[in-house]
Amino acid sequence: MSAVEETVGYDEAVAQFDPVLGLEVHVELSTATKMFSGAPTEFGAEPNTQVDPVSLGLPGALPVLNAKALESAIRIGLALNCSIASYCRFARKNYFYPDMPKNFQTSQYDEPIAYDGFLDVEVPASEDGTKPAFTYRVDIERAHMEEDTGKSLHVGGSTGRIHGAEYSLVDYNRAGIPLIEIVTRPLTGAGDRVPDVARAYVATLRDLLRALDVSDVKMEQGSLRCDVNLSLRPSPDAPLGTRSETKNVNSLRSVERAVRYEVGRHAAVLRSGAKVVQETRHWHEDTGLTTSGREKSDAEDYRYFPEPDLVPIQPDPAWVESLRATLPEPPAERRRRLTTDWGFSEPEMRDVLNAGALDLVEATVAAGASPATARKWWMGELARRANVEGTELAALPVTPAQVAELQRLVDAGTLTDRLAREALEGVLAGEGSPTEVVASRNLAMVSDDSALTAAVEAVLAANPDVVAKIRGGKPQAAGALIGQVMKEMRGKADAARVRELVLERVGS
Amino acid sequence: MSVISRSEVEHLARLARIDMSDEELDRMAGQLGAVLDAVAQVSSAVTEDVPATSHPVPLVNVTRPDVVRPGLSAADALAGAPASEDGRFRVPQILEEDA
Repeated sequence: MSAVEETVGYDEAVAQFDPVLGLEVHVELSTATKMFSGAPTEFGAEPNTQVDPVSLGLPGALPVLNAKALESAIRIGLALNCSIASYCRFARKNYFYPDMPKNFQTSQYDEPIAYDGFLDVEVPASEDGTKPAFTYRVDIERAHMEEDTGKSLHVGGSTGRIHGAEYSLVDYNRAGIPLIEIVTRPLTGAGDRVPDVARAYVATLRDLLRALDVSDVKMEQGSLRCDVNLSLRPSPDAPLGTRSETKNVNSLRSVERAVRYEVGRHAAVLRSGAKVVQETRHWHEDTGLTTSGREKSDAEDYRYFPEPDLVPIQPDPAWVESLRATLPEPPAERRRRLTTDWGFSEPEMRDVLNAGALDLVEATVAAGASPATARKWWMGELARRANVEGTELAALPVTPAQVAELQRLVDAGTLTDRLAREALEGVLAGEGSPTEVVASRNLAMVSDDSALTAAVEAVLAANPDVVAKIRGGKPQAAGALIGQVMKEMRGKADAARVRELVLERVGS
Repeated sequence: MSVISRSEVEHLARLARIDMSDEELDRMAGQLGAVLDAVAQVSSAVTEDVPATSHPVPLVNVTRPDVVRPGLSAADALAGAPASEDGRFRVPQILEEDA
């Protein structure tokens, strides 16, 4: 581990230098099979159980392109406002490292499937409100297809690090999983908001990919991975400075932190009169620092050449246009539309988004619940349950239709909020729909006045002293009686109606 | 005439992780030069109206449906490996590199 490097405070650094950002995002597609073979792509399988001769680069194995992956690549390109290549090829990126058993990675080089696009990103206001929200257009240089690599485990030496390792163990399950690499142009003009732009871009891209339904975009599982390129220059009209490339920055917060850290580090190097080294750097989540990796090889060192085993791609323009028709409403537009339609405040909507509940609330509203009640269930009781069980809202065993049904039972007066929570408990326990749980657990409210009246009279008869107090001018004493009636009814009564009945009887 | 310099061979050897002596580098530069000279004869056939060819077969858009096909078991996958451990391929230590 190298010594901690000097850094300059962030505000000071951006006051003196103009930061230029570049982001490379790798997206694992959620296809059932690999980019070039029919091997499965399930996450978390036992090592080397999702492999075949193509994934292992065995002699004579021939790759064939996954049609779904090509379709996803084109849809991603279109959603990023890119031009789609009328003709393009795959290329071999040659290197010697055991994460690819064939000594090259199949990628695209000078002929990406999609190029020259943009993504408009809404950068939120700073939390303290001193810096306003704004829209930043991220220029996309290219989006190309390639394959993921295997995973290496370094054994021996210290804590699995590569230096000092005695040997490595390689699992090729991930080798060959379809990847789309999305590369921005150098992003200028963000100034001191450069960490916010970086974060907002990755968040917006993630939402877009999720809406396209092409990837599960789980940064924590590595299905969306981000490399952060950063350089500083003395002023916006100066030529671009030397950049560093920080690899595998795998959460939104880390993207922001890594940018901030590199700004401070570059500034310290430049101020000391030294030159920034063009190199890859490792991001350390725990310390919030980056450390030097290897010096960046020139592109020529990979000796790219056209992949002879895969034929060129020449997408039919009519097909490309038919894919354009499948593009979802852009997430930012959808959010704006739903915020207005539902009458949510900005913070309410942000909470829903952060909880990953947008689709669930939308489906619940579609199933008949009001937006406010749909939000209440998903952000309240269900969010609590998901939190307790350490799972995501969408993974809870309850459907939006069932949530809407539960709310209908509340609206109809069949359930109080408390009884509804109990019914939900039953639904989550797999006891059936809300209506079924209400029947099997006997939760429905008693709306029959004769049963209520009987209970009220029994409680009044048992508490003549309290009744006397009420008659003596202390109506607040009725609370105790109402509580007893509710208990008698096991909560399945409307407290307001019970109150009416109690006062009616005492008064008469 | 050799079209590949000794330093280019040295660079390639480094990329390929092949340790070569000075003598081997000299010899290899000469041999690779002869190979490249032979291949270079193709250049004499270049005309402006024929684009460079990467694929001899005039096919495009060959794809397969996204359907799982049975692959290899871990045991079969590892059967040809010189060494394995815990269901993984065991490979020598890697220096001066990172994932």
